[in-house]
Parts: sequence; structure tokens; C-alpha cells
Amino acid sequence: MIQAQALTKKYAHTVAVDQISFEVAKGQIVGFLGPNGAGKTTTMRMLTCFLPPSAGTATVAGFDVLEQPLEVKKRIGYLPETPPIYPEMETAEYLKFVGRLKGLSGADLQKRVDYACERCAVVDVKTKLLGKLSKGYRQRVGLAQAIIHNPDVLILDEPTAGLDPKQINETRDLIKSLAGDHTIILSTHILPEVEQTCEQVIIINKGKLVATDSVRNLQARARGAESVVVEIAGRNVNLEAGIVQHKLEQISGVSRVLSKGQEDGRAFFEVESHKGRFVRGDLARAVVESGWDLNELRPAAMSLEEVFLQLTASEAAADAEKKEEKQ
Amino acid sequence: MRNAWIICRKELGSYFVSPVAYLLLTMFGLIFGFFFWNALGLFVIEGMQMQMRGQSFPMNVNEQIIRPLLSNVSVIGLFFIPMITMRLFAEEKRTGTIELLATSPIRDLEIIVGKWLAALILYSCLLLFTALNFAFLFKYGNPDWKPLAIGYLGLLLQAGAFLAIGTFLSTLTKNQIIAGATTFGVELLLFVIGWAGEYETAAWARVLSYLSVITHFESFGRGVLDSKDAVFYLTVIFLGLFFTARSMESLRWRS
Repeated sequence: MIQAQALTKKYAHTVAVDQISFEVAKGQIVGFLGPNGAGKTTTMRMLTCFLPPSAGTATVAGFDVLEQPLEVKKRIGYLPETPPIYPEMETAEYLKFVGRLKGLSGADLQKRVDYACERCAVVDVKTKLLGKLSKGYRQRVGLAQAIIHNPDVLILDEPTAGLDPKQINETRDLIKSLAGDHTIILSTHILPEVEQTCEQVIIINKGKLVATDSVRNLQARARGAESVVVEIAGRNVNLEAGIVQHKLEQISGVSRVLSKGQEDGRAFFEVESHKGRFVRGDLARAVVESGWDLNELRPAAMSLEEVFLQLTASEAAADAEKKEEKQ
Repeated sequence: MRNAWIICRKELGSYFVSPVAYLLLTMFGLIFGFFFWNALGLFVIEGMQMQMRGQSFPMNVNEQIIRPLLSNVSVIGLFFIPMITMRLFAEEKRTGTIELLATSPIRDLEIIVGKWLAALILYSCLLLFTALNFAFLFKYGNPDWKPLAIGYLGLLLQAGAFLAIGTFLSTLTKNQIIAGATTFGVELLLFVIGWAGEYETAAWARVLSYLSVITHFESFGRGVLDSKDAVFYLTVIFLGLFFTARSMESLRWRS
């Protein structure tokens, strides 16, 4: 649905986006991830035909962003970082205006306005002035504006920025529910957001593509050995953390045991195994056989945050190496 | 041009939902009303003096009331036009709504024409106030309507030219005050630039005098439709909107 080929944007002295290539299949939710200033917004603006690329090409639904911008714009719904609303307009009036801009008219327009209001839960503020709405409502009106013409592609720039936790959850659910009908690209610098909403991740840093893969693959790729979190409680006896740690270290396959503290007779550990060894079974048996209670045993999934840091860090390390070679 | 009309309607909505339109209408109505009252008072006094001296100098409503008032309107417009155009693009750039327009399937030209047309319609509403006053002249006097109609055409063309310049200047900044102040400055300069022609007859002075917006209004004010002057205004309108389009394009490449 979306294809970018060596997409580049240069400003007078800086390269904001440097030869980024990626593809997004129909119906997918893709997270566009990167620290602030990585070039996410610039890339999105190029895809929406707001900015022309300095080099490279991008096509949306088969239309080139430079050659046929009007065709591309018809098929894209775009929510910029700040929702583009007119404070002096009422919600329904505004959605009608945007609908007309996107080429809707008559009964069709009214139907789409009603649909978008319902879908984005802004029915109860239909006749309110946009300037008087809360941040959460504005964001949802922004989303309603983006889906008004039922576009093939939705491009959302930091859709949850500045919302409170409840609103963030609602917005995420809303985006997920839109996924079936639309192909969605959303940008964010909040990692859990990608883990929760997206199937595919594109990570960029300093304008360059760092990684593009599915969320699951990325997590697996960064995690070589297994790592488990264990909580152990003593049964009628006082637990000695040192003894427990010693016991755990003796289990075959365990490479490292980290004590994570002790509280009310419970002890917490993080146990890492050697590559390719699964120690959870042996670990459970050892604990029970020693007469302790096993309160918790779960794999410590590597969060995307760590993956991200690892990827961007290795990138930085590679850069440093190159510099050394030059010297 | 359906899209231009959509933009135009939205702009008119913004003018008339906010206090902007009503404020301008009220101020303009008061100021013009005062001018009208003065002109009428002067006319009546002159008429009485003529009678007392026993002279029968011909009195003419068109020449003595309508013509000076129309020139007055063209000067008052100078103050009101920057207030109409300053928000057109500057505000959209400041609030980020320009991104919505620029990523919608409409052409830049349609956005520009729509906005300019809305500004022209608001200005026409101001002119309606003058028509209200002139209506009294028709009730109690017997002026010729044709010079008045041509005068209005001249005012609209002149305003169209100024509005096009203001629209262009509004695309250059995010700050409405800057947009308004530069528009006022440029318009005032275009207004007074012709004064050079009054004491100097060299070629440069004649060029300056030709560039002046006021010299081209004189014939309209007299009730004469001179195609040379109409073409001048239409050219300025075209150039203003053309530069606006180029400016919008450059926004994308620079941003």
C-alpha cells in the first residue's frame, strides 16, 4: 500500500531524512519509532505530499507523491502532531468542511460525518465549539477528520501525545479498531505504545533507518538467552537470600542469578540461562524440593525499549568504529 | 472551482462567527456615516449661500457629494483592508491548520482564490453601508446612478488589488500583526507614491505616478470607465495572487 524508496529530505544544512526505504502492506498497523528529531514527522509529511522529497520516491496506493499528489491526497487521512482544528467552528460543522474538502457532498457527506463522530466518540460534542473542547476531544476530532473520507491510508503523527493515561488507552483502542479497514502508520517516541498497538515497527534514528521488522521478531532478535523473573517465599522459615541464590546458581544451564531484593520473607531474583537452554522446569523443581514456595515464575520479555536502545546504541558504536578506522 | 467556494464559505464563516466582521462593519459604518453627514452639511450650506447671493451656480449632487465621498472610501479602505487580510494565511500557519489544507485534494490556487474572494465579499459588505447612505440622496435628490455604479466598480477593483497584496503578505509570516502592518505600509506607499508626479515631470516620476493606486481611481471617481485603469487593477490582482501561489509553493520547499 505504501512504498518508500531511498526517501531523502535535505534542508539547507541538515539531512532530516536520509535514504529511508520501507514497505507497508494493506491493512497493517505500522509504528514509526524514533527519538524526538529523528525525522518521523518529516517522513510523514513527505508521504502526505505536504513536503516534496529532495530525492527518492514514495508511492501511496500506487500513486507517486510527486507526480500525482491529488490522487495520493484523496487516499490519505492525516492527523498532524497538533490536530488541525479551527477553534471558532463547531465539531459537526468542522467535519462537514473537511468532508467537502476531501470531495464528499450531499447525503454521503452527512452519513460520513455521523459515522466518523460515532466511531471516534465525539457525538456528544457535535454542537460544541472546537476551541472549548478538552485536549482528548480535540485529538478525537482530529482522528474523525482523518477518517472522514474513508481513506485507504491513515497517517497519524503522535496520536497520543499530551493525553492522560485513560485517554491514551481509549485512543489506542480506537486506532486498533480502525486497522481492518485502513492501513495505518503512526509515529511515536513512546515504546510501549508500539508494543501494544502495532504489528510492524520501523525504527529510525537521526534520519536513518535502523530496523524494520515485526514487533515479535524484534524482541526475539534482541534476546539471545532466556531470562526469567522468580519470586520465592519461605514456608514457615526465614528465608536466607544468600542460600537461595547459591541454590539457584547450582541448577544446570543457569549462567547468572541476580538478586533483586527481599521483602516480608519473600525474595526476588532474575535468572539468566545459557544460550539455547531452558531452565524454567528445573528451577521450579529445585525451589519446591528445597521446601520453599514458588510465588512467581515468568519470562522477562525484553521490552521494545531495550531493543530500541540496543539497536540505536549498536548503531552509535558502529559509527564510532568507522570514525576510528578513518583516523 | 467548487473547492475555492468551499474555502470561501469557510473563511466567511470565520469572519462572521468571530467579532471581526461586526467590528469592521460597525467602525466603517460610523466613520463613513460621519463623512457623509459632513459632505451633506457642506452641500446644504453652500446651497443656501448661493441663494442668499442670488447667484444661480449649478449644484450637482454627483460632483459635490458622491465623488468626494467615493475618494474618501478608497482612503478609509486603506485602513480596513489590512485588518481583513492579515489573518488569511498567517493564522493557518500559526495554528497548523495549513497542513490540513495542504494535504487535502485541492489545488493551492483554489485555496488562494477562495480566501481572496471571501475577503472581497467582506469588503463588499462594508460598501453596502455606503450604499445605505447614498440611498437617501436618491430619495431626496436626483443624482445620476451611472457614475455611482462605475465608482463602486472602481472601489471593488482597487480593493481587489489591495486585498491580493495583503493575501500575499499574509503568506510570508505566522504573525498576524506583522502581516497587517506590512500590508498597511505597502498600501500606503502605493497610495502616496504618485505625489512625485505633481512637481516632477521626468520619466521616473511618471512611472511612480502610474504605479500609484490612487491615480487610477480618479477616473472611476468621476464616473468614467477607463479600460487602462481597469487593466491596471486587474494586473495587480493577478500579480498579487500569482505571488501568493509562488509563496505557498516555496513554503513547501523551504519549510
